[in-house]
Amino acid sequence: MLVIEDLQVKLGDKEILKHIDLEIHPGETHVLFGPNGSGKTSLLMTIMGYPQYRVTGGKIFFKGEDITNMPVNERAKLGIGMSYQRPPTIHGVKTRQMVQICTKGEVDVEALAEKVNFSEFLERDINAGFSGGEIKRSELLQLMAQDADLLLFDEPESGVDLENISLIGGTISRLLQRDFKVNAGKTQKQRRNERTKMGLIITHTGFILDYVTADKGQVLYEGVLTCTSNPREIFRCISEVGYGECVRCAI
Amino acid sequence: MRDLDEKAAQAKEKKATIGPDIDLDAYESEPVPHDYVEDLSTLSEADKKRMLLAGVDAEESERSGTYVQKDTAVLYAHSKQEGLEVMPIKEALKQYDWVEDYYWKLMAVDTDKYTARAQLDLHDGYVIRALPGTKVIYPVQACLYLEKEGLSQNVHNIIIAEEGSELHIITGCATAAHLRRGLHVGISEFYVKKDAKLSFTMIHHWAEEMMVRPRSVGRVEAGGLFLNNYICMRPVKSLQMYPTTHLVGKGAVARFYSLLVGSPGSEMDVGGRIFLKEAETRAEIVSRAITNGGNIIARGDLVGEVPRVKAHLECRGLILNGGSIHAIPELEGKVDGVEMSHEAAVGKIAQEEILYLMSRGLSEDEATATIVRGFLSVDIPGLPPQLKAEIDRAVEQSDKDMM
Repeated sequence: MLVIEDLQVKLGDKEILKHIDLEIHPGETHVLFGPNGSGKTSLLMTIMGYPQYRVTGGKIFFKGEDITNMPVNERAKLGIGMSYQRPPTIHGVKTRQMVQICTKGEVDVEALAEKVNFSEFLERDINAGFSGGEIKRSELLQLMAQDADLLLFDEPESGVDLENISLIGGTISRLLQRDFKVNAGKTQKQRRNERTKMGLIITHTGFILDYVTADKGQVLYEGVLTCTSNPREIFRCISEVGYGECVRCAI
Repeated sequence: MRDLDEKAAQAKEKKATIGPDIDLDAYESEPVPHDYVEDLSTLSEADKKRMLLAGVDAEESERSGTYVQKDTAVLYAHSKQEGLEVMPIKEALKQYDWVEDYYWKLMAVDTDKYTARAQLDLHDGYVIRALPGTKVIYPVQACLYLEKEGLSQNVHNIIIAEEGSELHIITGCATAAHLRRGLHVGISEFYVKKDAKLSFTMIHHWAEEMMVRPRSVGRVEAGGLFLNNYICMRPVKSLQMYPTTHLVGKGAVARFYSLLVGSPGSEMDVGGRIFLKEAETRAEIVSRAITNGGNIIARGDLVGEVPRVKAHLECRGLILNGGSIHAIPELEGKVDGVEMSHEAAVGKIAQEEILYLMSRGLSEDEATATIVRGFLSVDIPGLPPQLKAEIDRAVEQSDKDMM
């Protein structure tokens, strides 16, 4: 379980997250909405542990441990994984090597890559000249290898062409144990009840909701979590009346 | 020969145009006798181990021939393949008239005091030649090994890839584990004839107080390819070299790659210069320099003298932990219709890259090492797998030491 209590975060001198409270229980997936610059990415980066996001108040717990001051790599080891929107290029480090880094153990890199149609990129330098969609597939490939328990997705559908959006949506569903494959041993209800993976997905367009089911929607507005509700309802509301309405709840 | 001696004598005190000046009298130059060995496996284990660090394998497995020189004496010179010649230069000069046609023909003997020294007090060196049409199966290895403290080792090498041949050479310069102080002066002249292919990979493994002054010039004829790789990741007091290559035939290609790691107290001034003198010639210079306390000057100079030539220079530097990197990329286009470019970047490791790797589970140190190794892993097209493996090994060894 992820528990965020009264979290306050500064980037430089600017207060970017204000008194955030959030709980994600095992098996739950939340969708995070919010206009540009509202602090969505900052919240993900803070959960991941990026040091430039300075926690000035509050706490973050994961699996019962206080991770507020834990280094990034220890959070990764504890089971937090992130799909970045714009990851850096690292020259001379191949995609294959990145996948191996994520697994720590033995894994069939080829088989994993095939699942996201990424086999031909394995010998390329990571993120070098990748298109928007290629970056997403590369990020998902790494997350599949990492097998994290809490998965943070920063706009997984942005820059993805129509051809690949269902591939990406389907992969995220599988990662979050939200796909509906028929399993002789278990009913769909059993599968749902046994879900353990937690997800937090930033979406700008809401398209991802067509592919991934979610339990809760959250709206972040100017660093404040302003409302929690059914994700589809929030999306409809924003589509019809815009984020302008959120200001009334942010005060 | 007498002419050469006279010219050299006049240049005895001539300082090099770049690099700190060295007092040659401070080094001994008397011949140090070592016995020729019939079988490389009889070398001492300690020597073998040091040579292996510079890519020279005493087992000779996957090698087409070997030349080993210790201090001033030739220990071993042997070719395993027909059409391939590996011999000591002094003996070659005595035995074959044709060697003189290549001796000091690309490099002027009076270039500076170091070239003069190599003429006036030549210890030896190698002649490696692939006869026309010969394709070596495995690389030829050459080792210039320094054991005697305070010695100036003066060598002259001639490498010839005759028409249509293919020759790969790995040459390792190394010092005995105990050696601290010495001077290495090495002249190399490369002849790549029509449609021939030569790859020359040099791995230097020096000591803290070593002074190193290689001098080399190459000439590539029509359709020829010259691939020149230089790796120096170990401490050295002062290293200065600026190898030059002339592309003199249509379609000739030269590519220089260098990997440098500067340790505290090391001064490295390493460059590459390529003259494009004929249409459709191509040149590329790629350099990667890392310093963790040393001072590195990375030079590159491309000169396009005729139209329809292509050249690119890429110089990247990483300052890890003190020290300095001075990148000096130069392009000279002398006519209309040359296509030349360069990119240079010097900086530190981006925090964003470290954090990205950490978020995949690596510690900060592991992430740094991964980025450094990536920085040094340059894809070199056309390099045989054995040589690629040697370069990878040198890189691996170096980042073990750096971290």
